[in-house]
Order: sequence, then structure tokens, then C-alpha cells
Amino acid sequence: MSILEVEHISKSFNKTEALRDISFSLEKGQAVSIIGSSGSGKTTLLRCLNFLETPDKGIIRVNGETLFDADNPATRAESAIRKKRLHFGLVFQSFNLFPQYTALENVMLAKELLAKEQPDYKTRKKEIHAEIQSLSESLLSQMGLDNRKDSYPHQLSGGQCQRVAIARALALNPDILCFDEPTSALDPELTGEVLRVIKELADHDTTMVIVTHEMAFAKDVADHVIFMDGGSIVEQGDPVQIFENPAEERTQRFLGTG
Amino acid sequence: MDRIFEQMPVVISSLNIGFIQTLKLFFVTLLGAFPLGLLIAFGSMSHFRPLSYFSKFVVWIIRGTPLMIQLLIIYYFPGLVLHNPVWGGGEAGRFLAASVSFILNYACYFSEIYRGGIQGVPVGQEEAGLVLGMTKSQIFFKVTLLQMIKRIVPPMSNEIITLVKDTSLARIIALQEIIWAGQAFMKGSHGISGAIWPLFFTAVYYLIFNGILTVLLGRLEKKLNYFR
Repeated sequence: MSILEVEHISKSFNKTEALRDISFSLEKGQAVSIIGSSGSGKTTLLRCLNFLETPDKGIIRVNGETLFDADNPATRAESAIRKKRLHFGLVFQSFNLFPQYTALENVMLAKELLAKEQPDYKTRKKEIHAEIQSLSESLLSQMGLDNRKDSYPHQLSGGQCQRVAIARALALNPDILCFDEPTSALDPELTGEVLRVIKELADHDTTMVIVTHEMAFAKDVADHVIFMDGGSIVEQGDPVQIFENPAEERTQRFLGTG
Repeated sequence: MDRIFEQMPVVISSLNIGFIQTLKLFFVTLLGAFPLGLLIAFGSMSHFRPLSYFSKFVVWIIRGTPLMIQLLIIYYFPGLVLHNPVWGGGEAGRFLAASVSFILNYACYFSEIYRGGIQGVPVGQEEAGLVLGMTKSQIFFKVTLLQMIKRIVPPMSNEIITLVKDTSLARIIALQEIIWAGQAFMKGSHGISGAIWPLFFTAVYYLIFNGILTVLLGRLEKKLNYFR
């Protein structure tokens, strides 16, 4: 069974159709790259998966559970959405780290707040805190940030910030980790360190949806590639096929292989 | 010069009493205008049109007219025009009317500062909180609030220092604050008359008090400088 099933998602802003009839699925441990020009709807799709936008039509299923069904008002209730979001993690283009917290505090904050909802929180407070701290420290060291955990975001480079943001998303152990052009705000020389980290996650079978403009990376990291244009999926399939032998004329033009 | 030294003890003790009234008006205004300003800010940012128009209309009136006129209207209008002197007589009535005028006036200025502070926090901060499963109130208290405070401290400091000096406008309705107390020595008070130096000397009080405020607010600003 697929870990993620997206069926017939559509979304309009006023009269502009941002997404038209988007369907795809993803297997556990696989990575999908979404490519396409700016304004093709890639980011809107990720925002729908993370419930930052509400699709007008369609269904989103994770592990067979229907998280969203536009025809079923019960799945649209604001109160239920918060827990549903936890199935997904999202790494933003502009990091969106919390500036008043250190790298470590950024990674720990959400998990600590969630822990407060556990029934045994009061009795195991110290223990839980220590667990979250050691988990967060190990995530930061996995990101190569051992010696930067007490730095504030403004003291870190863009690449370091993005790696903190990745650790922050991983701390909640999401089923599916989404990346929204994670290197677009970075200097070219900082891009590599972030891509390397994402590649490592892929090698460790992290389930990921990656929106990117880095074509070589998209081909290298993904098990499946989706090419979008004008809010629709033009073509999707195996990375080698899409990049080396695209079927659609629009894809050929985008990749410059036509 | 000798005469000034002779008069000094009497004048200082009288000015001190006036300055206490000045300080009372200052703190009461802050206490009232901080929360009222927040309400007006939320009002003008509301998606409910009538409320946002009303808030913006009030802010326009208050910021568009002199505080001195507002003081005069608020103090005299109920008694002289409506024949219903709601403020009561004496110093207590004048203080009440002055407090209401200052709170309303300063709340409008504060509301614009709050609005700038709230809207100045990037929307990505809230979105980051949402995707991490935080509730709206957790996002407000743990993420955005401190960033707003950091943004509003410098413009707030400006307004607070202006308020110290603006309290002197309450002289126009004869509130017995420090300007009133200093002026009294011109006509005659405590056996001293024809002395203008006590009025000039009130400036020292404002200067010292604002000096202290500047240092304190500067420290607060510095304290929030650990992040950007």
C-alpha cells in the first residue's frame, strides 16, 4: 500500500487555477521530485499537503487513512487539522527558523509543546525533556552541526540554517518530509551541503516530496519524478526516463532536450 | 541669585507635589493606553469591515486633532454643552478628564505601533509553527510575541518620552501638575510672587525623568538584541 495517495486535487485562488486534477502516489521510503517552472503549482501542492492551503477538490490519504476529502466536511474541521499536519514535515525555501531561539531550541520547541499533551508529562517532565534534548542533539549532529547547536539563526550561514530547519522537521518524525525549493535562497556554494544532507536522508529511506530547481539533484535523489506545468501534471515517471527520454513535448522544452 | 537660594526650599517642595501629579497622569495613561491600544489595533486589522472602519475613523480623528483641543472638549463639553458635568468638580474631576483624554489619545498612537509590530512579523513564522503542529495560541506566545515586542520597543520608547512632556498640556484644564505649580509663583504662592524662575526650573524635572526613562528603555532594547 502506498504511504501517500493524492487523488484529483484542484485548487483555485480567486479565478486563477493553481492546481488542476493532481494525482500521484508515493511508496514508503521513496523520494519524489517535483520539477517545473515557477508558477506551475509545485509550491501550492506542497502547501496543500501540509494543510496550509485547503484544496477545493480531491482526496489526500496517508497510510490508507483519509486525511482530507473535499466532499467530506468532517475532514475539513480546523480542530482536526493540527494533528493531521504531523504526518507531514515541511522545509521552507526561506528556512523560517524562529530567530529568538538557538538552533537546539528551534529543534526542540514543537516536540516539547506536544509532549505537554501526554498524560504522563507532569510525572516524567525531566525525563521527557532529557529525551527530547538528546534526540535533538543527535539530529543536529547528523546534520553536521555539532558545534553550532547554541548559535542563534542570525549567527548561522544560510546552509546551516536550512540544515537546522531540516532537523527541526525531522524531530517530529513525520511520515513524509516535504521540501519546498530548499536551496533556492542559498548561495551556490552553500547549496551542496544542503543537497548532501537530503541525499543522505534519501539513502536512509526517508519518504520525501522534493520541489526543486536543481535538475541534476532531482534526477539523482528521486525514485519518481513529476513534471508540472500550469497547475497540471504533464508527465510523471522514472527519473531516467523523464530526464533522458521525456515523452511530452512540454517536458522536452523545459529540460532543453527537445 | 541670593533670593533664588532663599526661595529654593519652598519652590522645590511645591514643584515636587506638582510633579507627583505629572507622574500619576503619566503612569495612568500608560496603564490604560497599552491595553486599549491593542484593542484598537485588533479592531483596525479586523476582517469585519464596520469594526475596522470604525477603528480607523477614531484613529483618524484623534491623530488628526491637537491633544490640547481634545482635553478641552473632553473636560468642558459634558458640563457646558450637555449640562451634565460627568467629571465632578475639583482636582479629582480634572485628573479623571485628563486621564481619559490622554489614554484615548495615546491608545490611538500605540495602536498604529502595535499594528506595525504585528504585521511586521513574517507570515512564514506562523506557517512554520503550524506545520510543526503548534496551536494558534502556542504560536502567538512562543513564536511571534517576542518578535513583535522587539519591533515595537524603539517606536514605543519615542512615544513614552513624548508622553512625559505632553502631560504638561493638562495645564490647560488647570490640572495641578508641575507646570501649574511652577506658574503659581508668578502670581503668588507660598508667600512668593513675581518669580518666573520656578517655571523655567520645571524643565529640569522633565529632563531628569526622561534621562532615566531613556536609560531603562535603552537597556530593554539592548536585551532584545540577542536575536534578529
